[in-house]
Amino acid sequence: MPKLEPHTYPAIAFDGVSKRYGATAAIDAVTLEVPHGQFVALVGGSGAGKTTLLKTINALIAPDAGVVRVEGRPTAEVEPPELRRGIGYVFQEIGLFPHLTVARNIAITPRLLGWSEADIAARVAELLDLVALPREFAARKPDALSGGQRQRVGVARALAARPKVMLMDEPFGALDPVTRAALGEDYRRLHETLNLTTVMVTHDVMEAALLADRIVVMKAGAVVADDTPRALLAGHADPDVAAMMQTPRRQAERIEALIHG
Amino acid sequence: MDERVAAAFALLPDYLGWHMALSASALGLGILISLPLAVLASRFQAVRWPVLGVASFAQTIPSLALLALFFPLLLALSSLTKAWFGTTIPALGFLPALLALTIYSMLPILRNTVAGLQGIDPAAREAAKGVGMTPLQSLFQIELPLAAPVIMAGIRTAAVWTIGSATLATPVGQTSLGNYIFSGLQTENWVYVLFGCAASAALALIADALLGLIETGLGKGDPRRWLTGGLVLLIGIAAGVAPLALHSSKPAYVVGAKNFSEQYILAELMKYRLEKEGAVVTAKEDLGSSFAYSALRTGEIDAYVDYSGTLWANILKRTDNPGRMAVLAGLGTDLKTRDGVIVLGTLGFENAYALAMRRDRAEALGIHSLDDLAQHAGELTMGGDLEFFSRPEWTALVGAYGLNFKAKKQYQPTFMYRALGSGDADVISAFSSDGRIAADDLVILTDPRGALPPYDAVILLSPQKANDPRLRRALAGLVGSIPVKAMQTANYSVDRDADKQTPRQAALALAKVIKR
Ligand SMILES: Nc1ncnc2c1ncn2[C@@H]1O[C@H](COP(=O)(O)OP(=O)(O)OP(=O)(O)O)[C@@H](O)[C@H]1O
Ligand SMILES: [Mg+2]
Repeated sequence: MPKLEPHTYPAIAFDGVSKRYGATAAIDAVTLEVPHGQFVALVGGSGAGKTTLLKTINALIAPDAGVVRVEGRPTAEVEPPELRRGIGYVFQEIGLFPHLTVARNIAITPRLLGWSEADIAARVAELLDLVALPREFAARKPDALSGGQRQRVGVARALAARPKVMLMDEPFGALDPVTRAALGEDYRRLHETLNLTTVMVTHDVMEAALLADRIVVMKAGAVVADDTPRALLAGHADPDVAAMMQTPRRQAERIEALIHG
Repeated sequence: MDERVAAAFALLPDYLGWHMALSASALGLGILISLPLAVLASRFQAVRWPVLGVASFAQTIPSLALLALFFPLLLALSSLTKAWFGTTIPALGFLPALLALTIYSMLPILRNTVAGLQGIDPAAREAAKGVGMTPLQSLFQIELPLAAPVIMAGIRTAAVWTIGSATLATPVGQTSLGNYIFSGLQTENWVYVLFGCAASAALALIADALLGLIETGLGKGDPRRWLTGGLVLLIGIAAGVAPLALHSSKPAYVVGAKNFSEQYILAELMKYRLEKEGAVVTAKEDLGSSFAYSALRTGEIDAYVDYSGTLWANILKRTDNPGRMAVLAGLGTDLKTRDGVIVLGTLGFENAYALAMRRDRAEALGIHSLDDLAQHAGELTMGGDLEFFSRPEWTALVGAYGLNFKAKKQYQPTFMYRALGSGDADVISAFSSDGRIAADDLVILTDPRGALPPYDAVILLSPQKANDPRLRRALAGLVGSIPVKAMQTANYSVDRDADKQTPRQAALALAKVIKR
């Protein structure tokens, strides 16, 4: 295949993608395009199909029907390891390897790609700075880190091989609100400076509204809403979506009321 | 130091070296086979149950039996390879011991590896995929390292089992620390038995400790620990096995012995006479009674002493008793045409199976012959050695005299005489050349119906060495030169409790009696 001109195609495209587990449709005929440089938040209730949709992008899950394209190429036509080495993935359960040091965890994909040891060492140092972790942490094992520090390592590992696409599955779940907000803002800056395309799954509508350029709402495997945060906060035809988008706004109003009496 | 302890220490380099070589290679082979098998088993349900099932089944076979079973298997294989490639494979010694112990070591490694791999957090496996690993990269970089502590625990268990069971390699002709135990048991040399047990236990404990160090090292991800453990282990094995390589001048002759005192003495005697001719000789002792002839036939040993009646019944499968001379003549021609085995000649004494009783007990009951015994058998307990009741001689006795005892018990020969002394047995299967018959004042019951075949001790030569002049010259002098009294004395000097002699000392004393 000849090398494609950049941005001739969207970074990620779903075309009628479905995945069933027995009777339940985990994703149901999803068609969606994510242009380069966009930050998309994928929201919806538990079991809505967010993780499943995300995993079809790097072929951790193969759809039953439809085609997923990354940079215009159908993922089914690329060797899965090759595809995944070009896409950063931050797991819902973090997924750091407990027997490897922080440095080795971060270096894992560059090493698979055959980078030189010198390049790897430089990259590890650079990434620790980037996610604001002290360099001494390089020699530690994951179990000697706090939850927030581990999340940062997870982000650093996903970024290590300089992917252009980042997939994040509730990357800041299980963190206290302060750390969570700080990490979110840090990551949004990285998204800008590194010129990434990001799809982030989150439960938190407030987080989605504050970080993303676009919010995609899923329900029972289908996309029920897809718009900018501003437009969705203004209201939506689906009452569930409207109610969900009301939550951050109502919270903000109550906080306002508390402060001003 | 006690003389026997000193003698035990002198044998240690050889025994320990072989024991370590055997257990280390069995464990190594077990790991090499088990790990890939376990990886497949953890991936595929269809592989898992057959593999674990077969390994568990093999584990239930008593280890001594498993070792013994490899002998006929290898013998059959050997005749196949001879037919196809013109070479035989050894059916006795290192190979059968190695194979049996390897199989024995596999179950704990298989089980733990499967459990270790299946116990890995699925998130870790998915993460390995997610960062772009191929299935093999995931296996080697993530799954096996994560399962390593559990796998090592399995290897530890296997190591302890293997080192313990390796003592059982002795009866199939492989030197090991079991040589102390088996020959010690036979000659009632408890110092040897204890020495062998202690040495094997110490070896197992040390191996376990070193493997444990590797296990915790892997668990904690501390390379210093597992490298130290591994290095000490390797150096230890090398140091233990080195003495074997140092004095491994290949022996020109191997003499065999079954597993009782008379056989040890005669093997030492043959060895001594060959050494006087300037030959390098080793002895393969403690061969199971049925292994000895096969070992000779296949050339794994060059000479040993067997008994005419035993060969007649067990090898030629004859049930008739045409008389002493006819049996000897028949053996001479039949063994030669059948297997190319040469009967060099008789030693001059018989070691017949005979039924013996304590003199006081026999006189009280008025028993002199087997006919008399049959009258009283219903009130008496018969003690036999471990093979007696399954031998054709027993069938012949029962057929001729209709013996029907109150109870039958089996004993290791040493304990059989004790049982007779203590009254636990009233009649035992004795050997006529046993020194304990005279010493314990036992009477041999006469055999008026001639049910028991003759048991002249004969020297047998292997087909390969049938015409070896040095072997013939060295052993020919023994023909007809050992009267039964001399053999009884020699046997008793080894079997008695006080002033015990080693088989070598008894053989040298016997050599002095022989005129030629
Ligand atoms: N391996 C599987 N086997 C069977 N059903 C599955 C499997 N994986 C997911 N599902 C089902 O598919 C549906 C979507 O699951 P998915 O993990 O995508 O939800 P989610 O939106 O990520 O939920 P959460 O917010 O709780 O993580 C659920 O009903 C789930 O039970
Ligand atoms: Mg999910």
